[in-house]
Formats: sequence, C-alpha cells, structure tokens
Amino acid sequence: MNFFISLGLFLQVAVQMGTHILLGILGGILFEKAGNTNLGTEGMMLLGASIGYYAGIKTGNPVAAVLCAGFAGSLGALIYAFITVSLRGNQVVTGLVLTIFGTGVAGFLGKVLTAQPLPTSVTDVFTHRAIPLLSKIPVIGPMLFDQSPYIYMSVVIAVLLFLYYKYTRWGMNVRSVGENPAAADASGINVSLYKYVHICAGGFLCGLGGAYLSLVFVPRWQENMTAGAGWISIALVIFCTWNPIKAIFAAWAFGALKGLAFKCQNMVIAGHAIAISTQLLDMIPYVATVIVLVIMSLKMKRENQSPASLGNAYFREER
Amino acid sequence: MEQEAVVIKDLSKSFGSVQANRNISIDVRRGEILALLGENGSGKSTLVNMLAGIYAPESGSIFINGKEYTFSSPQDAIAAGIGMVHQHFKLVEVMDALENITLGEKNGSFFINRRQIKNKILELEKTYGFSIDPDQKIYTMSVSQKQTVEIIKMLYHGAKVLILDEPTAVLTPQETDTLFDILRGMKKQGCSIIIITHKLGEVMRISDRVTVLRKGKLSGTVNTAETTQQQLAEMMVGSSLSLEVKRAKVQRTADPMLEVNQLVVRNANGGKALNGVTFNLYGGEILGVAGIVGSGQKELCETITGMTKAEKGSVLFCKEDLLDMTPLEIKRRGVRMNFVPEDRLGMGLVAGMDITDNVLLRSYNDNKGILVDRSIGKEKAEQIVERYDIATPSIHHIVKQLSGGNIQKVLLGRELEMQPKLLIASYPFRGLDVGATNTIMEMLNKQKEKGVAILLIAEDLDQMCSLCDRVMVMHNGETMGVVNPEQSSKEEIGLMMMGEHKADATHEAGGTK
Amino acid sequence: MIRAVTRKALPAKFEILVRIIAVVAAIAASMIIMLCMKFNPFVVYANILKGSLGSGYRFCQTVNKAIPLTVLSLGTGIAFKMKFWNIGGEGQFFMGAFGAALAAFAFPSLPAPLLLTLMALVAFIFGGLWALIPAGLKTKWGTSETLVTLMLNYIAQKWVGYLQYGPWRDPQGNGFPQVAKFAANAILPKVFGIHVGWIITLVLAAIVFFLIKKTKFGYEIQVIGESTETARYAGINVSRVMILAVFLSGGLCALAGMMNASAIENTISEKMSGGIGFTAVITTWLAQLDPLVMVIVSFLFSMLIQGGSFLQSSMQIPASMSSILQGIIIFFVLGSEFFVKYKLFFAKRAKKNVIDTNTAEVAK
Repeated sequence: MNFFISLGLFLQVAVQMGTHILLGILGGILFEKAGNTNLGTEGMMLLGASIGYYAGIKTGNPVAAVLCAGFAGSLGALIYAFITVSLRGNQVVTGLVLTIFGTGVAGFLGKVLTAQPLPTSVTDVFTHRAIPLLSKIPVIGPMLFDQSPYIYMSVVIAVLLFLYYKYTRWGMNVRSVGENPAAADASGINVSLYKYVHICAGGFLCGLGGAYLSLVFVPRWQENMTAGAGWISIALVIFCTWNPIKAIFAAWAFGALKGLAFKCQNMVIAGHAIAISTQLLDMIPYVATVIVLVIMSLKMKRENQSPASLGNAYFREER
Repeated sequence: MEQEAVVIKDLSKSFGSVQANRNISIDVRRGEILALLGENGSGKSTLVNMLAGIYAPESGSIFINGKEYTFSSPQDAIAAGIGMVHQHFKLVEVMDALENITLGEKNGSFFINRRQIKNKILELEKTYGFSIDPDQKIYTMSVSQKQTVEIIKMLYHGAKVLILDEPTAVLTPQETDTLFDILRGMKKQGCSIIIITHKLGEVMRISDRVTVLRKGKLSGTVNTAETTQQQLAEMMVGSSLSLEVKRAKVQRTADPMLEVNQLVVRNANGGKALNGVTFNLYGGEILGVAGIVGSGQKELCETITGMTKAEKGSVLFCKEDLLDMTPLEIKRRGVRMNFVPEDRLGMGLVAGMDITDNVLLRSYNDNKGILVDRSIGKEKAEQIVERYDIATPSIHHIVKQLSGGNIQKVLLGRELEMQPKLLIASYPFRGLDVGATNTIMEMLNKQKEKGVAILLIAEDLDQMCSLCDRVMVMHNGETMGVVNPEQSSKEEIGLMMMGEHKADATHEAGGTK
Repeated sequence: MIRAVTRKALPAKFEILVRIIAVVAAIAASMIIMLCMKFNPFVVYANILKGSLGSGYRFCQTVNKAIPLTVLSLGTGIAFKMKFWNIGGEGQFFMGAFGAALAAFAFPSLPAPLLLTLMALVAFIFGGLWALIPAGLKTKWGTSETLVTLMLNYIAQKWVGYLQYGPWRDPQGNGFPQVAKFAANAILPKVFGIHVGWIITLVLAAIVFFLIKKTKFGYEIQVIGESTETARYAGINVSRVMILAVFLSGGLCALAGMMNASAIENTISEKMSGGIGFTAVITTWLAQLDPLVMVIVSFLFSMLIQGGSFLQSSMQIPASMSSILQGIIIFFVLGSEFFVKYKLFFAKRAKKNVIDTNTAEVAK
C-alpha cells in the first residue's frame, strides 16, 4: 500500500512540475498550427513570469496578476506577429530575438522583484484544492484532483483547444491557414488576421506558463526561473504532433522525468546506490524529439505531420 | 438581356507595358457552356481572372444577371455567384472533402455541424450526379476527384456561373467523359459554364458557343454547331502570313546530327510526358518546335541534355546515344541549352551572382586546382557583353538587376561562346522587344551558318515560321508532324497544335473528333 | 489602400542604407524607452561605449566576447549560405569544448604548441561530426535541419553538464560541481594581453572569405544556395558539397568552443556558452553572411554586451538592458527587410490600379 501512496504523490508532483511546460506547448501549438515557427517561447514565458509577478505584488490581485502575465506574453508575440506576418520577416531569427528580448526584459525587471515576496492574497488562491471524493481515488486521485486551480485551468485550456481545432469553424479556418494559406485566402479567410490572433493567443498561454512558475510553483521570483523550459516546450510541441491532448501527457511525462531525476539522486535498489545523472535524464525529451522528427520525415501518417505551410510567410501577389 | 447570366463589356487590362486584354465584350447565357479559346498569351486567363475577382479591370463593366458589379476580391465574385476552379487546386490536402467544401462559408455556424453540411453536400451530389465521399481526405483522392471537390465547393457556395481553367489538362479520357457528363447536368440545372481549353476536339464536343481570343483582343464568337475546327484554328492563329522572312539560307548537313527515336519519358505522376517522339535534326538548320506549353517541350530539352532520364527510345548525337550519359558528358560533346523557363531549372542563372560568375557556371571547373579562375570568366563576360550588346554598367553587375532581355542575352551568349554543335534555344524571345528579338535571331542565324544544329522552342508561331527551316509540332507528348513553313499555312500548324494530325486528302474537313 | 508588390532588386547601396536607417531608428526608439524609465539615454550609451572600450581591461573583455561570436558566425554563415539552416552552433560549441578537454586531459604532458593544435583538431572534428548528424538526416530523409540542430544544442549542453556533475567532476572542487582545470600547456597564450584567439579569428575570417569568394568550393556553395537544380545543371555534386560544407560549419563553431574552454574558462562547464550560439545566428543574419562584415557586426554586438555589464556597476542598470537593446535593434532590422524586398504603393479602390512594370511577369 505504501508503494501506491508514494506513486500517487510522485504523480501529483509530476503534474506540478509539468504544468508550465504544458502551457508552453499549448502556446507553441497555437503559433505553429497557424503556420508560424515559434522559437520565442522562453522569452514569452519570462515576460509572463516577471510581469505577472510584478502585477501580483503591485495589486495583490491574483486575477490581475494572471491576466497581466498573459498579456505580457501576448505583447511579445505581437511584435513577432507584426514582423513575421505583416513585414514577412524571417521567423527563425525573429523568434530567437524574441527570446533574447524577453529574457532581457525579465532580467531587468527581476532586479526589482527579487527581494519582494508575493502577498498572500495572491498565493492563497493558487494553493491546491482537493476535489471531494475524486481526490481520494488511489494513485490518480491526488494527481488529477488535488492540485492548484492553475493546474486545473491548464488542463481545461488544453481540452478546449483540442475541441476548438476539431469542432469549430474558426479552428478549421486557422488549420487551413497553417496548411495552405492560398487555399484559405481563396476561400475568403483573412489569413493575416487569423495569424495575428492565434500568435497573440499563443503568447498569452506562454506568458501564463511562465507565471505559473513565479506565482504558483515556486512562488518567488528567481533570476532565470524558466531555465530552459521554453526550449523543452518547443521540442515537445513536435513530440506531441501538435495535438493539445497529447500535449498534456507529454508535459506530465516530462514532469515525471524531472521528478525521477530528483529521486535518482539518492536511489537505492537492492542495496546498491544508483545515481542516474540528472543531465542524462534531461536529454531525453530532446532525443525523443529528434526521433519523432526522423519518424515524421519517413512520411508516416499524414495527419501527424507538421502544418504544411509552417515557416512560410504568405504573400498574395498583386490583384 | 434576359437570358444573359454574364455580360462583359469592353473589358481591358494591362500589366505594365503589356496589354493583356483590350476591349473584350462577351456574354454567357443561362444553361450554356461557353468555350474560351486562344493561344498562350492571348489573354484568356486574364479575362477570367477579372471575372473571378482576382484582377481588377482597368476599364469596362461586368454585369451579372443584369446588375453591374465591381469585384475587389474573389469573395465579391463568389457572393455574386461566380465560382472558378483553377488549374492548380486550392485544397487543403490533410482535411477531408467536407471541410474543404465548407471552408470559408459565410454565415457558417460556430460549431461545425457535420451532419447538416453533409446532407447539403449529398443533396448537391444527387442533383448534379457527383459521387464524392465527403469524409474522404483530399490527399487520398485522385486528381479527377479533387477537381470534383472544387466544383462541388463552388456550387455549395452558391455559384451559378462556373469558370473552369483547363479542366481536362490533368484528366484521363475516361475522367474527361465523367466531367463532361457533370457539366451537361449542370447546364440542365441552369448553370452557366465558361471552360478554358486548348483542345479543339473537346470544344466541339461540349460547348454551345465558342469565344476566341487572339493577342489580347476578341477574335470572334461563334455557335459551335455552325463552325469547324479549321475555322476555329484560323480564328486563333490568324490567317495571313504577314511575316518578314528572316531565315538564313544555309545548306544543311547530309546526315542528321541528332536522331531521336521513339523517345518515351514519364512525368512525375506516371503519365507519359513524351510518347514515342521521333525526329531528326541536321547541322546548319533551325528546327522549330511548336505546341502549347506542356506538350512535352520541356521534357524533350531536359532529356536531350541529360537532366531527365528516359524510359525508352534513343537519342543519337553524332551516332552516340546521349541517354547513357551524364549532363557533364553531354555538355562535353558539344550540346548546349540556354534557358528553360519552368521552375525546375530556375533560370540557368544564379540571380545573386554577377555576370562574370554566371558566365563561369558551366566552365568553372575546367581549370586545374581549387581556385576559380575568374580571369577567363572576365574575358568571356566582356566578349559576351560586347558581342551581344548587353546593357549593363559592368560585368560585375548582379544578374537579377538586368532586364529580361539582357538576362536572355547573357544566357544565350554564355552557351554560344562555348562553341556548341547542337544548341537548344528554349523560349529565347520571351519578354524581348523587337530590337532584342532581332539580335537573338541574328545570333541564331550566325550559328546556323557555322553548321550548328539548332532546336528552337518558342510560343510565337509568326516568329518561328519566319526563322525556322522546318517546324515540328508537338501535342500531348507526341509529334504531330513536321512542316515546311514556306509551304504550310498557319491554320494547319494550329490544328496540329490542337491535336489534329497533319491533314491529308482523306480526312474530312470540319469533322468532329 | 496600401498595397505591396515584390521589388525586382535593389541596388546594394540602397540596401545598406535601409539597414542603417533601421539601426538608427532602433537606437532612437531605445532612447525614448530609456527616457520613459528616467534614464538619460546619452549617458547610457556613453557608458556602454566606456564600458566596452574605455580601458585596456574592458577592451580585452570586449574582444574576448567578440572572438567566439565571430567564429560562430563564420561557421553558421557557411551553412546558411547553402540555405542549410544550422542553428546548432551552440551545440557544436559544446562539442568542441568537449573535444578540446578530452585532448587536454588525455595528453597532459605534451608541449603546449602541440597540445593546443591537437585540441583544436579534435574540437574541429567533434563539431563537424555533430553537425553531420542533421546533415545526414536531411540528405537521407529530408528531415528539417532547423529543429534537429536546435535539439542537438541541448543534448550537447547536457552532455557537458553530465561530465561536469558526473565522471569528470573535480574531486578538488570544494563542493562545487566543476570539471578539473586545464593544465597550463592547454591554455592559449596571450598576445598583447588578449588570448591568441583574436589572431586566430582574424585568420579564420580571412580563410572563410577566401574560401567563399575565390575557390571552386565556395562557388559551388553559392550556386547550391541559390538553386540545387541550377547546381546540378552546372554539374555540381550537391550532396558531396553539402556534407563538406556542413562539416566545416560545425567544425568552425566547435573551434570557438575550444578557444573559450582553453583560454577563458580553462575548463568546460554547461554554462560556458551563455547562449552565444544563438546570438551568432543573429549576427550572421545581420551580416548578410559576409565574413568580413561578420567581424565588424560581432565586435559591435560584443561592445553592446560588454557595455551592458558595465552599466550594471556604473549606473545600477541591470546587465539585461543590453539584451533589451539587442532585441530592439534586431527587431527594427528584421522589419526593414520588408522595405528591401517589397515596394509599397497606394492604389485607388476598385477599377484603377497603379501597377509598376515589375509586375509585367504576372501577365500571362
């Protein structure tokens, strides 16, 4: 019985360690399904983390904090959108610059933030809430039903996003924009508008991801809080083949990996002390993504490929 | 005016200095199929693009069902009931037919009601006789099925006027039959259909009336039942041979330099791009290759120069079979080509490099060592610039900044400077003004005088007939015949371009295919 | 309404002008932002200059940053010229450091010139091979190199981290996880107070310049970058050139890692890059792939970075300000690309269209 309880706790922590990644992946999915390569996740997460924290301190209002975090991410995304959609700039370079810029802003702001703790009016809202009955289910109970509202929110967003792409008209439209913007244009869809909206929405989610770290998980401000989470998110977007539901599992699996890494620091199996290097475990998401990339280029199931027009700017020639 | 679904009055459009359409007036009635005929460059596409809201006309008016419209986008045209099916389909491959059909639907519900949409589609299919599975993904469909999805899409969005741009270009004969049945069904339902095509036989089969464009102007509109293929061909290419003969009189070699025999080449989707092409080319002559773009000229050039592999047949150059050789070996034998305007080869030029570096493209490896010897390149470049009167500030000028005509001269000049034995000149006059055209013609004549064998592919029949010694006509990957331009009429050539074999005494004039 | 049409081509002088205007506009924008934050923009920029060039020590620091940045740009640029989007400079950097360390630890008693050369060689090969992985995947299966190189960055970094925390952990590290320091003969000597890397960098820039502009190989790279079909037409063996060029690209990036490991860190660690591989992608792009311009652009960037750290001590402005400035400048330059590629014109609604002759090709 002891084992199941520890497993349950382990899984609970895994989810907690993967939630910012989940939001980052969802943000990335929004970008890429609209046809834009996203290398700026790290920057937008940091923007969200820092500005969200700042808003939390200043207003003491958790909702304001979360919203500000999201909008901070969106603003970063807006710059990216303007350059890549309206000005047709290079998406890879712009994404990288967004990361540098976002990291810079966060670092700059962070100096002010480091000493100050969040008011309890904010942190209290985000402590974990157990859902009665369901949270008592062995093993998965604590994992799924005894978490912070922020985590519940992230799952709800993922499910909503999945439904959005699959069952709504707007979702279908944006998919066509990412696959074949010429076809979308010919059908009367405003390609630029769709790109802008989805890119900014993606930025919003990345910002939320960053804020999770500063408002919920840690929750203090630390320099360089995200520590590469943005890059992992980028990798996992591909790994989960742009599917928001798979993203949940990918993110939580990553969280479990992280948890495993901690445990492995002092693991004892059958009397032998085993230490699996954290770094080697850290490599796994990246190696897994490379494998997925190779498999994808072997032309497996068409539906799991990247959006056909990913990375290309759309320009309708003169009429 | 009652019967007319579409009336176009005095429509004109230019692109820069080129006038694509000049004062064109046509009408299409309800329940009618109108064929739009014309050579490449006659302005057909421009005209229908204006109807479809893709281009904006400079002057003139468009009336749909008696009401005047101004289209500033394709959506306006769709709203007015006009739908166009392009040659390159605008479908999202990874989605299914239903999603593609409903894409962009005005006033569509937020949640896609698949059942409702599917019912509507199935209704349409019943009315018009289609058989597409709405749940099928586009990437699993055949070309003919994809085309049908495009048509259904137009009907679904309420189109009563349908424009089809070369719909049979990608279809097998059986699929063409199916399409025509569908079109006849649509006609019965009161739709108006404009079909752009090159194929005279099909025009006679399916259309009620035919409008012919020539060099941007209206050549005439006739009732299909009252015309013949000959008449149509004449309307397309013009009857008078008002040409300045530019041919150089040279005695050609006794033996052919190039012997092409039963050449078969497959294209990307498995069809035959070249189907048993056979002809000879002699030194000291210019053999023109006439035919609509896409009749196999590109593949012919690329096969002779080794860029494409052939399936069957032989290409003997001075008795050696080129089909076994690499492009480099072929080049060393003295076979040269200047320019293939399709995407495949880019332009035979590196746009970002200067003239000197481009001149070096085929000879940069001739010297020993790892360095590029630009001194030779410079010399050649200067020769070329002078000899062919290329307008450029210097030989270090980046090529993409030159005008079209000068780019052509650089290309041709580069190949000619390498003393070819066989030259393939592919659309060398495209985009050139009269002066530049004459210069190129002189270049070619000079080569002819040196005994070079020249294969000339061009669009303008007038130019070809005035320059070439013989003209070979290609259609659908086959050689229709070889004629002497001094003796044949342009209508004859026009007919052959459309797929009619060389008329002989037993063939009934005016008969349908 | 405003319409955009593709330009035919812009004379080179015009292009440079557009970019310079972009940079000036960026600096102006940044000044406005600084004013809003109650800083005197001129003082800020003056301090950046002072912090990067103001003293012998600071100048050395700037050069120390410019060296790896330049070499990384050179390497990245070779790949980019062939339209092979190698954003794995960071990973190749780490692999180079790893290779150098391997050599340094394996042959601690070799005389310095020999050991250093060996380290450079091993580093070069390791980086080249690391870059060949995405190249191989691309030629064989068409896998996107952008993403694979990106992933390999982190794998390489984590590998070094693994060594740092694991098998190569220095027992004398006082509890800090670090790899043992290099012996003196594995450290690059100094010339004029800066490690000899600066000479190496200038030599490499000259070599790359020579390679691209003067050799057949460089010519082939340029042609392939333009169009692989044209390259085939010219008889170029595209795969062979690509593999070789990518190997070179990775090798150069790795050399940057070797130099930093040897001269600056005197060891290797997972934090040693500071994201410089990514900065190099940006400087490469800014320099429009020209090796000589890369030297200048990298130096200017390093001034910005070094000046940024000085800002922290002199004006208590966080060093991340330089990241913000970098961001603003590049955003503007990225945006200015639009004006190089496209021309704006104002079209009246509906019937009349003002079209310039550049669209003549559109007519069928």
